[in-house]
Amino acid sequence: MIGGLFIYNHKGEVLISRVYRDDIGRNAVDAFRVNVIHARQQVRSPVTNIARTSFFHVKRSNIWLAAVTKQNVNAAMVFEFLYKMCDVMTAYFGKISEENIKNNFVLIYELLDEILDFGYPQNSETGALKTFITQQGIKGQTKEEQSQITSQVTGQIGWRREGIKYRRNELFLDVLESVNLLMSPQGQVLSAHVSGRVVMKSYLSGMPECKFGMNDKIVIDKQGKGITTDETAKSSGKQSIAIDDCTFHQCVRLSKFDSERSISFIPPDGEYELMRYRTTKDIILPFRVIPLVREVGRTKLEVKVVIKSNFKPSLLAQKIEVRIPTPLNTSGVQVICMKGKAKYKASENAIVWKIKRMAGMKESQISAEIELLPTNDKKKWARPPISMNFEVPFAPSGLKVRYLKVFESKLNYSDHDVIKWVRYIGRSGIYETRC
Amino acid sequence: MTDSKYFTTTKKGEIFELKAELNSDKKEKKKEAVKKVIASMTVGKDVSALFPDVVNCMQTDNLELKKLVYLYLMNYAKSQPDMAIMAVNTFVKDCEDANPLIRALAVRTMGCIRVDKITEYLCEPLRKCLKDEDPYVRKTAAVCVAKLHDINAQLVEDQGFLDTLKDLISDSNPMVVANAVAALSEIAESHPNSNLLDLNPQTINKLLTALNECTEWGQIFILDCLANYTPRDDRESQSICERVTPRLSHANSAVVLSAVKVLMKFMEMLPKDLDYYGTLLKKLAPPLVTLLSAEPELQYVALRNINLIVQRRPEILKHEMKVFFVKYNDPIYVKLEKLDIMIRLASQANIAQVLAELKEYSTEVDVDFVRKAVRAIGRCAIKVEQSAERCVSTLLDLIQTKVNYVVQEAIVVIKDIFRKYPNKYESVIATLCENLDSLDEPEARAAMIWIVGEYAERIDNADELLESFLEGFHDESTQVQLQLLTAIVKLFLKKPTETQELVQQVLSLATQDSDNPDLRDRGYIYWRLLSTDPVAAKEVVLAEKPLISEETDLIEPTLLEELICHIGTLASVYHKPPSAFVEGSRGVQHKRISGNAVSGESVESPDNGSAAGVTEAPPAVIQSHGDLLGDLLNLDLTPPTTTGPPPPSSSGMQMGAMDLLGGGLDSLMGDESEPLGGDLGGNPAMGAGFGGPPAVMPASFNAPVGGGLDDLFDLGSGVGMPMGAFNPPKTVWLPAMKAKGLEISGTFVRRAGVIQMEMNLTNKAMSVMTDFAIQFNRNSFGLASAGPLQILTPLSPNQSIEAALPLSTVGPIMKMEPLNNLQVAVKNNIDVFYFSCQYPISMLFVEDGKMERQVFLATWKDIPNENESQFQIKDCHLNSDAASNKLQSSNIFTIAKRTVEGQDMLYQSMKLTNGIWVLAELRVQAGNPNYTISLKCRAPEVNQCVFQNYESVLKN
Repeated sequence: MIGGLFIYNHKGEVLISRVYRDDIGRNAVDAFRVNVIHARQQVRSPVTNIARTSFFHVKRSNIWLAAVTKQNVNAAMVFEFLYKMCDVMTAYFGKISEENIKNNFVLIYELLDEILDFGYPQNSETGALKTFITQQGIKGQTKEEQSQITSQVTGQIGWRREGIKYRRNELFLDVLESVNLLMSPQGQVLSAHVSGRVVMKSYLSGMPECKFGMNDKIVIDKQGKGITTDETAKSSGKQSIAIDDCTFHQCVRLSKFDSERSISFIPPDGEYELMRYRTTKDIILPFRVIPLVREVGRTKLEVKVVIKSNFKPSLLAQKIEVRIPTPLNTSGVQVICMKGKAKYKASENAIVWKIKRMAGMKESQISAEIELLPTNDKKKWARPPISMNFEVPFAPSGLKVRYLKVFESKLNYSDHDVIKWVRYIGRSGIYETRC
Repeated sequence: MTDSKYFTTTKKGEIFELKAELNSDKKEKKKEAVKKVIASMTVGKDVSALFPDVVNCMQTDNLELKKLVYLYLMNYAKSQPDMAIMAVNTFVKDCEDANPLIRALAVRTMGCIRVDKITEYLCEPLRKCLKDEDPYVRKTAAVCVAKLHDINAQLVEDQGFLDTLKDLISDSNPMVVANAVAALSEIAESHPNSNLLDLNPQTINKLLTALNECTEWGQIFILDCLANYTPRDDRESQSICERVTPRLSHANSAVVLSAVKVLMKFMEMLPKDLDYYGTLLKKLAPPLVTLLSAEPELQYVALRNINLIVQRRPEILKHEMKVFFVKYNDPIYVKLEKLDIMIRLASQANIAQVLAELKEYSTEVDVDFVRKAVRAIGRCAIKVEQSAERCVSTLLDLIQTKVNYVVQEAIVVIKDIFRKYPNKYESVIATLCENLDSLDEPEARAAMIWIVGEYAERIDNADELLESFLEGFHDESTQVQLQLLTAIVKLFLKKPTETQELVQQVLSLATQDSDNPDLRDRGYIYWRLLSTDPVAAKEVVLAEKPLISEETDLIEPTLLEELICHIGTLASVYHKPPSAFVEGSRGVQHKRISGNAVSGESVESPDNGSAAGVTEAPPAVIQSHGDLLGDLLNLDLTPPTTTGPPPPSSSGMQMGAMDLLGGGLDSLMGDESEPLGGDLGGNPAMGAGFGGPPAVMPASFNAPVGGGLDDLFDLGSGVGMPMGAFNPPKTVWLPAMKAKGLEISGTFVRRAGVIQMEMNLTNKAMSVMTDFAIQFNRNSFGLASAGPLQILTPLSPNQSIEAALPLSTVGPIMKMEPLNNLQVAVKNNIDVFYFSCQYPISMLFVEDGKMERQVFLATWKDIPNENESQFQIKDCHLNSDAASNKLQSSNIFTIAKRTVEGQDMLYQSMKLTNGIWVLAELRVQAGNPNYTISLKCRAPEVNQCVFQNYESVLKN
């Protein structure tokens, strides 16, 4: 299991050092600094083996988190734990920075003592941790409170405490999708997929039992086969989508999903990620990029890029940014664009074209002349792909939330009393067109 | 409140100041001081001098302060064991606290203090905590047992904590169960043979129930533990799989990977024709793909594992090529791994896309990545024949870019393509030659030289090109030198008139001016060969080379099997067994896929044909070195003009050393008339061995050959020797691990006067095995195969075949140690393997071994007394008649029986195939299970064997 956990700043100074196992000594701290942080080369692997000791590291801004072990540990678990550790720290004190870590080092030690015992990860749900690890010191707890804490930390529903009360029962569902595309210069889709997340903010009293439904093809086809009720008649009219795969927050009963494909759970309080999913079929690609690069002699490039928006004209895309890479030996650029603003950023080796808003079924164009310095560098310019950023108010996968039902039998509120909000946001992930 | 100020105390006399503050009356000040101490500790300052002062702060109601003090204690207790005792009281008291959080904290911390005196005091509180009413305390106590075990294993056993821990597996709280499982698994690892975890269907059921309820981490512990279980049958296997599959949708990648591990392992138990098997295969793909949208570090872990999974079951991901396409912003470690998997998944169906991608990658910035991409194009050409042409033209395009490392890499792979498709793409040679000057890496230079030599007849200025390399001959690396030597010899054989001078030059450079034995030896061989028989030389050097196989760098099947059992762990990331990087006893036990792991499964996909191929040692993409050795091999097979062991055997031996018996045996296996090596290709050891004249047995041979093997055979002989009706079970003679996947088990039987060797050959490799042949080394009784090994059909992966080989006793004779030892060489299309086994001597007892009474008496007297040996056969409960009958079935005949003072004396005789008589007197005392036997023979060496035979017959 994990033998020790260290946090370093960008210089390689130790900010936190917690050793769990006897086989990890202080020299391990230095070994990682010398061999990884101060290494001349770029990091070639997130797992490094130095003198039979394995180091796992992740970096958050300029902070290094390293887990150390001498055993054959579950590597996936160690990384998951490091990410979780980052989440917990962020939930407690915000951004992970040298200053914040130094300011909260006592708290971090306290957390590390709790969530990792002898190198075994323990309950690391922030909701539960916050009930008994606080920055204000321990309040005088009654016996009931204590046992409530321990039963929550070890319990089956470790992510939610009992006795939560809201005057207004409310929940927010965000369907956040990032659409990824790799397109050939000729407009052929090389690969495209949507990775989506359903993020839920729940402010519900008691221990509500929730059921979430979406236009998942498998579910709708199943219902379609049965007796047609009013609801299924309606929903089968709608388009359903094929989900390649999905994963759920630990509150979701996986065995139930496996057998009935229904998503039922008792949600954590506040914000959390209910599910992640991935689709590859019938994706709505919100933008199409048509590049045209022409080399005019050895010292000049002509670039023309057309973008077309491909969604309902009534909808508006926002924060559109097209990034056209330029060769390293660029000496000057002239740009003309129909819409938005475009600038050549020498430090980033790219022309950045920004458009604030753009409606569906529109088209816009930019053309640029790039002057090159003559070089005798034999190596050809690699022509990195043209990338795009944007945000659209729909889900490119076509996913629709059909319902989110809330049942709380003990308290006197029903599904109808809960105020529910649903929002769809589609963002660009890696959205690239080769040129 | 900012704590960062504690980090900035760098004043002198700091320790002194801290001491004062720690002893302050004000609580706040105390706490501040402890925080400062912890901050100093973190940055590596030694603050152990403050030990007593800090421990004094321990008695406090303030939990935060208490935790800080505990943290300090854990760090320094070991350096101040006597002082640490001061803390014991507080710990013991805290373990009784009303607040469960404090009880747990105390027991958790106490376990981390590795001081003997403290651990003694820990036992009682721990015992209580293990049975605490609060689950939080119990789950902490469970881990504490593992801590204590790490400090003092004996203590844990003596105190009976292990049993308590086992009981916790049935705890009502899922987290307690999970921690108990984790602790037990770890303890079990350091006692590989203990039955600590004792997994049975009931406990498995408990674990599966807890699996649904515990935290994500607990699920990982439980799944990792489940993976060690061996289901009783396929039904149990299926039901476990069904209950594990829902975990594939967990958000935590580690849970998913551990579930994949369990499924991959248990799947082996399921019959392939089961519907469920297919369903399961389909269910595995999406979660594996989803892992690739995780953070890059996890992607890396996932990709390393997918690499293993794809090798084991290519069918799972064969349609998912696109997700492995490299993204521009992927970290380099993700890119390189994706590339590996792309090649593994490349097939005729997707090759166009793959090639387009690879070409794209070869223009990227990272040199390693570009090189790998170029190499990948070559591997595609070799793997998918239909694409070869396109690959070659892509490579040519890349060569045109003139980017130095791209060109070099391309030339290296083009050489391999030539090896795979001879006489097809030689038109590109001209382009390659243009780039001769830009090659500065040995591998590329060697490849280019090989090409020039191989196709010398089509290159007009081949001599000039090679000559240009000769100038700096001694500055070249060995690889290049060897290649140059061979290339020039080839050239000479093709164009003898113009290149005589050149060949002399290179031979003298190699033999006279070089210190490198390999180079020198090779030089001499060529020299001798060319001067003795140029025609033979031509046949040898320019012989057709075996084609290289398509799949390269596959992980060796037994290792792969082990790694599959370690999915998700570091072993799967390193692609090494845990013993390679874990110290001590931990994790050294080898895990194996259990059950009918061998029962042909990995073959059902049509795709698998491509995954097949030579698996281990013979480098499939033949390096220049191997190629030359190939030439050498052919050399040896040509006319037996050699005097004494040929020089190449030195290099041949090196290769031979990979075989289980090492080089020594190779030269013993000599039998020049046997053309075994003829179609063998790439194995020099074979060539050297079989080609050489029958060598005189070196004295050293009597030394045990390979300790491990010996043990194995001792075991085998212990099991029992075949006697007449009694056929002993087959024992493994040649384990698959040592023979590139070929496993041979067997036994000897004598039926109606015919000796037979009955064997069971199993193919545990991934490729089809053909061309079996068998041969024995000379042995004590001249055993030799009476016919060829009758295996007519190729042996597919995971298939077994029975073969019976009739034996004769007219072969060459040489005394072995032990006498009944038999050394066997088995050959197939992959390699030659050696093993030795012992046959029961009764196999050699002929049916007419009954001596006349008179002759017996005379002979008995005639044989000198020093030839008599006496042995005891212990624990035999047969009466004399039963014994006599039993022995008779093994052709040991009772001639007379005498009873003296309640003791039966049996006089027996037997005759060996070579005409040697053995006489015996067996004394059986009623009621005494110990027999005494006296053996007399003119060749007393056999006595020991005969006695062993008696023993095994009587006891079976």
